[in-house]
Amino acid sequence: MYVAVKGGEAAIANAHSLLADRRRGDRSVPALRLDQIVEQLALGVDRVMSEGSLYDRELAALAIVQARGDLIEAIFLVRAYRTTLPRFGYSKAIDTATMLVERRVSATYKDLPGGQLLGPTFDYTHRLLDPELAAGGDVAEPLQRETETQAMPRVSAILAREGLIEPDGEMPQDHVPGDITREPLEFPMARDIRLQALSRGDEGFLLALGYSTQRGYARNHPFVGEIRIGEVELELDVPELPFAVPLGTVRVTECQMVNQFKGSAKAPPQFTRGYGLVFGQSERKAMAMALCDRALRASELGEDVVAAAQDEEFVISHSDNVQATGFVEHLKLPHYVDFQAELDLVRRMHAEYDARENPVKADDKREAAE
Amino acid sequence: MRGQEARDRAERKAAMATLAQSSGDDVVRLWNATGLPSEAELLRGPETGLVTVRGRIGGGGSPFNVGETTVTRATVRLPSGQVGHCYALGRDKQKARLAAIADALWQDPARRAEVETGLIAPLRSALATAHERRRAETAATKVDFFTMVRGED
Repeated sequence: MYVAVKGGEAAIANAHSLLADRRRGDRSVPALRLDQIVEQLALGVDRVMSEGSLYDRELAALAIVQARGDLIEAIFLVRAYRTTLPRFGYSKAIDTATMLVERRVSATYKDLPGGQLLGPTFDYTHRLLDPELAAGGDVAEPLQRETETQAMPRVSAILAREGLIEPDGEMPQDHVPGDITREPLEFPMARDIRLQALSRGDEGFLLALGYSTQRGYARNHPFVGEIRIGEVELELDVPELPFAVPLGTVRVTECQMVNQFKGSAKAPPQFTRGYGLVFGQSERKAMAMALCDRALRASELGEDVVAAAQDEEFVISHSDNVQATGFVEHLKLPHYVDFQAELDLVRRMHAEYDARENPVKADDKREAAE
Repeated sequence: MRGQEARDRAERKAAMATLAQSSGDDVVRLWNATGLPSEAELLRGPETGLVTVRGRIGGGGSPFNVGETTVTRATVRLPSGQVGHCYALGRDKQKARLAAIADALWQDPARRAEVETGLIAPLRSALATAHERRRAETAATKVDFFTMVRGED
């Protein structure tokens, strides 16, 4: 028999004050300021914004400090905060072709209008730890070069001229973009809703799935048509103004993945595409998203669904790290009563098993008892 | 007349865009320097809420929801009757209030020039300098391909 008990209030309160102490750490070390995190741990901030699904650098930085650098905990905090705010509306769709580009590379065309702009990238670094950073030396100003006023069309537009690539994804005429923050997930799912889920999905999970497609599980021969990172303007239609009100700019990363496609009963041989768009400078995530987007279009393109990355319900149901951590981590909360019931059950089954497998021993026991 | 109205709208929108993109510190600093009046009746806010950012599938296809962003808005009425609005990314309530007043003052023909020259123009020029600098820094990372000539002639 188990009797429910109460308790732990003092332990919980003390644990939280211990957490506050450990979070602050050695008091002789200066406390972190949010602007230091925003400026110097910018890509961690971007990950929290993208998976927390809230574009606000200071809030993401606060969440990172509060979570002691545990980014999934920080994402959880940001998601919780979001639910406290009213909703003003849906922005007009951003136009990545007019982006103030900070990085733009294509693996499919060497010479393309606007050129290859490496920007602030880790690519081509030697991945050697830099002791000078530990010493905190001064950093030189970056070089500047005269800019050309050349338009930078998306690579997909260049390929489209030859008619060898499918167009940008069009939903049916009367389709209203779905919103997973308003309606529960339902399968099968339209591509726009999938993209929303992928954009806030866990980078590690999507990266592993994207990797699996490259290793042969739902192989689809991807090329990076283009990655571009930069700021785009945001506008909102509001009833009180006769024009869309400009809100400011947000930094996003866009990845256009181009995939070989031999054609099927449903589509001619051509290049198909996967699309990635995420908040902040989050190139790995945008690439993983684009790989997953393409893999998840298997049914639409008449491909056999044979691998995990093509299984919409599997991918989308498990891509959200706040849901995932909630369900995994709840296991550590008290399950005393559940476990007591299981314990009784296993004891009984164990005794029955013993009686069945070792009848003599059981008999002996009974005789001895008698 | 219609042409004038369209031009006014475009200019008002451009002024709002400049205010939305500028930092609250810059807006406050310039506001104090211009001596623009900051008395106004608050009709709404300043209040912070969410706007869902939309992208397009493949860059130019159908819209989809990417995620939310914080936006702060304010609506004010001047003693002279003009109503001004502000919507700007972030949670800066002081900036939203001042930007809404700036929008209201801008609609007053007697005040427009003062708002444009004292506030909008310097903000716009600071933004343009920052953008140009970013463009030039990015341009320095542009790859110049050259062909390796192999063998003789």
